[in-house]
Amino acid sequence: MLAEKALDLIRELQRTLSGTLSPYNEDKIRQVLEEMQNLYDQNRDRAHYAAGQADVFAAIQLRHAAIQRNKRCLLAYLYNRLEQIRKMRWEFGSVLPSDVRYNMCEQEVQWFTQYNRQLANYMKTIGESGGLDLTQDMKPPKTLYVLVRCIMDHGEFETQDGNIILLKKNSQHYLLRSECEHLIRQGILEHLVH
Amino acid sequence: MAAYSVPAGVCTNYFNIDDILASQEKVPCVFNAKVAALGYLDQSTTDVDLNVGTKLELPFWLARFLQKGARNIVTVDTPKTYKEGYRNIFTADPNVVDLHRLGPFFYLFGGKLLTLQLPDAEEIADVLLKTFQGRFRKIMDGSQNALHADLTSQTSVLDDQERHLFAAGQDSLHGFHRWEKRETEKLSTSVMVANHRKRKRIGAMPTAS
Repeated sequence: MLAEKALDLIRELQRTLSGTLSPYNEDKIRQVLEEMQNLYDQNRDRAHYAAGQADVFAAIQLRHAAIQRNKRCLLAYLYNRLEQIRKMRWEFGSVLPSDVRYNMCEQEVQWFTQYNRQLANYMKTIGESGGLDLTQDMKPPKTLYVLVRCIMDHGEFETQDGNIILLKKNSQHYLLRSECEHLIRQGILEHLVH
Repeated sequence: MAAYSVPAGVCTNYFNIDDILASQEKVPCVFNAKVAALGYLDQSTTDVDLNVGTKLELPFWLARFLQKGARNIVTVDTPKTYKEGYRNIFTADPNVVDLHRLGPFFYLFGGKLLTLQLPDAEEIADVLLKTFQGRFRKIMDGSQNALHADLTSQTSVLDDQERHLFAAGQDSLHGFHRWEKRETEKLSTSVMVANHRKRKRIGAMPTAS
């Protein structure tokens, strides 16, 4: 059936939309583009003698529908991947895990860098002194300091007042909420509430 | 950041994955006109052309395109699961049918069918609404009251959109529960990061053993 390969791309996308990014399927995209080119060429060759011949005209319309369908699937594939990458910027922070980065194509990496830059610039311009970090305080803050426990070794961490603490697995610290919220969201620290 | 957005039935979004998948569902068609050189679409014959009267199951997007307006290349028939026989089943007791098996996009695809100007479009619209009404109570009941239970037996028979509803209900239930236990202020790892970790662990297992 026509446009079947493009649909495979969409199915692949649907399977992997939670928490990860599937590898950029360059091979399949090339195949879809080839199919589109093929259909287009066939249409172009027949277009000049289609006048008055209903059966040829019908075939051209059918192929045209398939081209449009392929186009929609391809664009949706790219668009939804970008959306996913954008979401990841907010969840993972400005540096993506290496396996995610590895699955991005070159243009997507470029897009991500630009998005990062624009977001940083924007956050610098709002707020009074030196901008406002929009990725902070996803929940209304109740205390200035929070008690946290390390879930994994993270190495040394320099706090705002200049102290250096060692984030070692199972060690507990009392830190400024604004400093460690990112680390909690990234799953390095665990917030302890009593 | 619309976490609870349930994709609307008729509204089409060009980039929507569900919409694309739903428009791939097959519709039985009969060709009114000869189509040159595309005989390979019909695997039952070796003819070069698609002849008048050929019966084929075409995906919805193609069927709609070929049927629309003055083109009239195909005549579209109602798919089996929306025909009278099935409609009677849905009306009798909507709760016993496995909508996931009958095509995971029962409502979305049904809504699309209405644009095809089928002779029984009105009945289909009616049955879609009645089925949803009949099942909604159970969905709401299940999603709002089961806190720590295995729900797969309940959710496995749900249509894709009903699953979104169910998940939204569960979310609100858990949110309420967290509020009751005063856990709302607790900062937690983001869901996406957690999912990513889990996958990584699964992927890493064979090399570790």
